Order: sequence, then structure tokens, then C-alpha cells
Amino acid sequence: MAKVTLKIKRFDPQREPASWWSEHALEAEPTERVLDLLNRVKWEQDGTLSFRRSCGHGICGSDSMRIDGANRLACKTLVSELGSTITIEPLLGMRVQRDLIVDLEPFFAAYRTVKPYFISDAPPPPDGRERLQTPAQRLRFDDTTKCILCACCTASCPSFWASSEYIGPASIVQAHRFIFDSRDEGAGERLQVAGETMGVWRCHTAFNCTLACPRGINITQAIGEVKRALATGRVE
Amino acid sequence: MTHHHQFDAVIVGAGGAGLMAALQAARLTNVAVISKMYPTRSHTGTAQGGIAAPLGNMEEDHWEWYMYDTVKGGDYLVDQDAAEILARESVEAIYELEHMGLPFDRTQEGRIEQRRFGGHTREYGKGPVMRSCKSADRTGHMILQTLYQNCIKHNVRFFDEFFVADVLVHEGVARGVVAVEIATGELHLFHAKAVLLASGGFGRMFAVTSNAHSLTGEPVAALYRRGLPLEDMEFFQFHPTGIYKMGILLSEAARGEGGVLLNGRGERFLENYAPTLMDLAPRDMLSRFIYQEVAAGRGVDGKDYVHLDIRPETINRYGSAPGGRTVTAAELEEKLPDIIEMMRVYMGVEPMREPVPIQPTAHYAMGGIPTDNDGRVLAGPTRTVSGLYAAGECACVSVHGANRLGTNSLVDLVVFGRRGGKALGEFCRRADYAPLPPRAEAEAQGALDELRASRGGERVATLRSELQRVMMDKVGVFRKAAGMREALSAVRGLKERYTQIGLDDRGAAFNTDLLEAFELGALLDLAEVTAASALQRTESRGAHYRDDFPERDDTHWLKHTFAYRSEGGDVRPTRGEVRFETKPVVVTRFEPKPRTY
Repeated sequence: MAKVTLKIKRFDPQREPASWWSEHALEAEPTERVLDLLNRVKWEQDGTLSFRRSCGHGICGSDSMRIDGANRLACKTLVSELGSTITIEPLLGMRVQRDLIVDLEPFFAAYRTVKPYFISDAPPPPDGRERLQTPAQRLRFDDTTKCILCACCTASCPSFWASSEYIGPASIVQAHRFIFDSRDEGAGERLQVAGETMGVWRCHTAFNCTLACPRGINITQAIGEVKRALATGRVE
Repeated sequence: MTHHHQFDAVIVGAGGAGLMAALQAARLTNVAVISKMYPTRSHTGTAQGGIAAPLGNMEEDHWEWYMYDTVKGGDYLVDQDAAEILARESVEAIYELEHMGLPFDRTQEGRIEQRRFGGHTREYGKGPVMRSCKSADRTGHMILQTLYQNCIKHNVRFFDEFFVADVLVHEGVARGVVAVEIATGELHLFHAKAVLLASGGFGRMFAVTSNAHSLTGEPVAALYRRGLPLEDMEFFQFHPTGIYKMGILLSEAARGEGGVLLNGRGERFLENYAPTLMDLAPRDMLSRFIYQEVAAGRGVDGKDYVHLDIRPETINRYGSAPGGRTVTAAELEEKLPDIIEMMRVYMGVEPMREPVPIQPTAHYAMGGIPTDNDGRVLAGPTRTVSGLYAAGECACVSVHGANRLGTNSLVDLVVFGRRGGKALGEFCRRADYAPLPPRAEAEAQGALDELRASRGGERVATLRSELQRVMMDKVGVFRKAAGMREALSAVRGLKERYTQIGLDDRGAAFNTDLLEAFELGALLDLAEVTAASALQRTESRGAHYRDDFPERDDTHWLKHTFAYRSEGGDVRPTRGEVRFETKPVVVTRFEPKPRTY
């Protein structure tokens, strides 16, 4: 057990217009998740603390937040990785609604612009079975299928901070997942969106997104591949 | 103020079952999906290992073999007409998912790759079969993403972060739901011709669970409070391989790829319990065997856990990989990337060099809202509720009987989500709106206001952890009458204390303090039904194992439990006893036999 202090950035416009910091002293095991600490604060000390959480093991993407200055999932960050004072803030560049909860509607709206769904006019095989795809073709877009839409990447991107109209890395990851799927026929439509003013060219390869991704997706590389497809007119 | 909406069909829950139903129903009628989280946060996304279908892409397989495995896996409490539908329609459901774009893993021929999974066998139990279709170990994630993507494609209307507090069923007819908009705290009244519930499980009633924080079962409790039955609630699955103390699931895909369970002496103890299927025996049995090893003093370091070993050298030593072939670390990393990462992150172990501490974790409710094979909710053993449907884990078809096979939760939600969604859509095309009763939202409003204003001395978190502890200890893997009576009386004591809680948060926007309090009320009701249902079933079957009645008793208990509340009837937790009826099990092809592996 170690003593840790949680410094949490708070905001509740129902109570007061400006944000403030709350501090909470806890005894914590090194194997505890930051989410466990937040829960203990909420359950034992201050029930008004608000944050999103669900699965608790890094798959649902609910508890993305800024932990000691880096965007991470609270359920995938252990006390042992952090110092004795842990600073927790909401994601940057998104409107804070309450405490650690940010408005995700613009994030999902940007996601929808890239047509994040399978597009194909080709009828499925006449025998009703699966379309064929080789393991190599499947591997081509494997990395970007891992995305859980947690927004850690988009909210770490300097270009997104500069302009929230930028569709952001998460949307491009989703576009990539379909553009490079051998079965999909919507690459043209998606590349058109990606090529617009608020598309991929806003990316200046800061690599923040790749560092932030809790799923380990090589996001900057995926964005680069979409850029290359736009520049060469070829998807390969 | 209350916001009013009118949709022909309202679906509660946006996991696999809700989204599959929404896609079907949206072809026929106008649909709204209400979810307390963003749909992509739903727990379907955490399913790892795969989704079964006898495609025969790897080796010979047949739906009859699969149906048999499902029936036997469920210890013959499965309704066999439903199991036949599951086994047959799994094939077209998988192809439908592939046609929607789901990125399954592929064979060299370009077909969907399949792997072995617990309890799935060839030739009626002769040995493991490769039946589970998969995307590495994130199959549920890919299903959830694909279904959500297709809902976006087809402009399905979503109400994200809306918390359903009441399901309006009056005079045997569903009329809509009442929900809180979490961002504002405002109430929304949804008037509908038909409602489909797909709210998932309620494993948060147990201390060690793989279930998300959100799995608390409010819509299930809502129906029970309104006087509708819950079926087979005594059957709750404990998955054998949860991460020690945390309960996070490590898929049985790890064992499908050759991983083995070892006791504190380093022995492959399943040789003594399940010589044919060993590490791929069904989950209820493996969880019991682990407890028995621990009780016999053969846990690791004298503690209450055993090891899951996926080191290539171990797998190769036992020849436990499919076909006895040799595996490498790189191959395992490719097939099981997420669970290997979880072992590293949460246990701090290096699974390619050391074994991983595991213990059984509360995982899946076989019981729930009784439905027929088209998702229609039953009001009793022989009656349905007009306009009310359920699918997925919250429902009990019953296709899982007393113990669900691995992968069958995903099959259930696509097969029966699909059927339920079609039936829902067709119903809406011919039905009219049943009128809402006056001030239909008043009860939910009253209950929420009361909670928000509560200033008693009891804390929600304290009551919840006491509930979880007693359920884990007394209504877990091993049960007996005295313990279950103790649990039942403890739960009733907690319900008493629940009336004395105090909240910190009196605000409107994102008042998660209030929502957690409401969720606890649902868990208390569902835990009470679980304990009471377990106590009245005086036999052992599937996941329900009693020290005092260790044998299955087909003469008296080859039947489903229907549990009803005896008092109450509003949106608040019930009072009084649980009342029971039974319903016969449908047996078509497979007569009950002793269950060995």
C-alpha cells in the first residue's frame, strides 16, 4: 500500500461557472487501476464526482481522460506506473460538460462523415456463403479494426486543438479500416471526404495520436497510408 | 418537464442483440434505440473468443452436432426447439455478418477461419471440433462495431446516454418506456406500439465478475416489479478463467489454442475430472473443478487460485494445441493479442514465460425475461405480453438451459436478436398504439425524485459491496440451503437499508450518483430472485450446484422456474416473498443422459 493523492479537475456549471480542483488522499495498491481510485473517491468520499466508465479493462473506451498530462484509459493505467500525486483532467479540446465528462457528439459526428460502414454493390456469392478474402488481404487493415472510439487520439492532436472542425485521427482510422478492406467498394467516397480541407492534410505527423492510442494502433502510419492513396490515386 | 416521443418500436439497449434487432425492425417500421451508454461501449464488445457456427470450413461439422453440444452443455434444461433454431440459423447469421462487412479471420482458401472452444464437439462428444468463427480475440468488438456501423448506414435513430427507469406495461400490453436523459436529468416519455428489451446481463450482483459496471439489469427488474415472471434465475455462469481478484475475463480461446490449467503442484488436474475434453470441458464443470482443487489444498501457494499456462513450451509438452501441432510465441501473440496484453497489464506477468493466476468469475445469466422463439415476452408459462419483446442476455429463450456454452452468447444475440427484431417490425406494421395511461411517467419521476432527495445514513457503495460479497459466497459456484437462506435474508436486510440511503449529488446533469442508486435497487431485486430461485430448486444441474442435493433430478426438476413478485407493483424495489411456477422443458431429439466429458 502506498499513499497517493488524486488531484481532479472539477467542473459543474450547475454549482459554479468556473472549474476547480479537488484533492483526495488514498491508500492504494500498486496494481489498482486509476479507475479503481476514481470509484473509491466517488463511493467513499464524494458522490458528486462524475465520469464515464463501463467495462473496466480497456475495451469499451468509456473512461478516456487526461492522466498526468497524457490521454489514457483510467482502467488501463495502474498506480504502479504513476507517481504519488496523480493529476486527472478531462480530455483536451472537447467541451467539458461535467467533471471528467466531455461532449462526444462532435466526435461521433466527425466519425459519421467518413461513412464508417461497409459499402459494396456487389452481390454476395450466389451460394450465400462468405465473400473470399486472403489472410494477407485481411491483415492489410487489421490494425485499424482495433479502434474502440475512445477519442484519446483525437483529443491529443495539436491540429484538432487548433481547429475542432478537423475530422481528427479517430475518423481517419475508421476510414482506413474500410478503404483498405479488399471487399469494400467505398474507397472513392471516403477518400473524397478525407481529402477535403478538414481532412487528412491537417495532420502534421506529430505522432501524439499514436502515443495516446490505448489499443496500440499505428495511427500516424494509417493516416500516412490514406494520404498516399489520395496523392497517388491508388489503394494498395 | 417531460419530453414526449412517439416511435413504432423502441429498443432498449444497444449491444449486439439490440442493434441486430434494430437493423431488422428498421426495414419494416420506425425504430428508436435507447441506451444508457454510447452503443460502442456495450458489453458485447468485450466478448473475445468467437461465435460458433457449423460452417465446416476447417473440418467436418453439422448443425445436429452443434445442437447436441448446446443441449448437453445446458445439462438438458435447454428448450430443444430453440437449440435447433440456434444451431441451424447460426450459419446464415454468420454469413449475414460477413456480408455486412465483419472482418473475420481467414483460412488460406479465403474462408472464415474457425477454432476449438469449450464443449463444442464432433460426432456427439467424441472430441473437440473447430466451430468458433473469430476475429483474433476481439470477436465481440468486431460484431458490435459492424452492427453499429450498419445502423449508421441505415439511419437508425439513437438516444445515447438515456437511462431507462420504467417499462410501461399495463393490462398485459406494452406501451412504451420512461427514460432519463443523463446529460440533463430530464425525463423522456417514449410512446411505442412495441418495446424490445436488450439490456444485457446483471453480473454486478457478484463480487468477482467479468461484467461491466453498467450491467445492473434495470429493465429486467422493471418487468419483475410490474408482475411479469423471470425464468431460471438460479442459473448463473461462473467462467473458470478470470484474472485473479479482478475477475477480468481470459477467453477460453486461450485453451482452444492449447493453453492448460495447472494446480499448485504444476499438475494438469483436469486429467482426473474430464479426461476427454480436459481444458475444453464446459465452464460450469471447470469452475467447480478449480474450486475442488483449491479446497483439496492444491491451489497455488495454498491460495484460492490455479494457473492458466499458455507458454509455448507447456502447450508443446502436452501436445494440447489443435491437432497436437507445435506452436510458437509469435503465433500465440497473433491469435490472442488482447488477452495476452491483459495478462501483462493487469497481472504484470509475462505469459510467454510464466503461468497466469486465475479464478472463476461471475460471467453470464442463463436466466432472465422468458420469451418464445421470436422474442415475445411471456407473462406466464403459456401466455405472451402484447407488444413486448426481449433478446440477448437479458432474455431466456431458453437456449442455454442450466449452463451456456462458450461462443453461444454471441450466437444467441445475432440469431434471436434477428428473429426478435423481425417479429417486432411485423407486429408494428399491423398494430396500433395502445393509449398511454395518464401521467405515465409519474411513478418513475417520483422514485427518482425521492432518491435524489434522500438524506439517510446508508451509502449505496456499502450496500452494493455487501450484496456482492454475500451473493459470491453463498449463491456462487457451490451452494447449500443454509447459505442460500442466509443470503436471501441478507438481501432482504439490504433492501430494508436501501430505504435509508443518502446521496451526495442533488444535481440534474450527469447525476451518476443517482443512477448508481437506482441501479442498486435493480440489483437487489434480481439478487433476491436469484437466491430464492436457487433455494427452491432442490437438485444440481449445470451451473446450479448444491452440496446438499448433488445429483440432477430429472423426475422432479426437468422444468423451468418462473419467479414472480408477490407484493409491490410499481417502479420501486419489491417487498415480500418470491412466488414460483414452472414450465416444462421442450425435448425433441435428445433424451436427457448423464453428462460426462
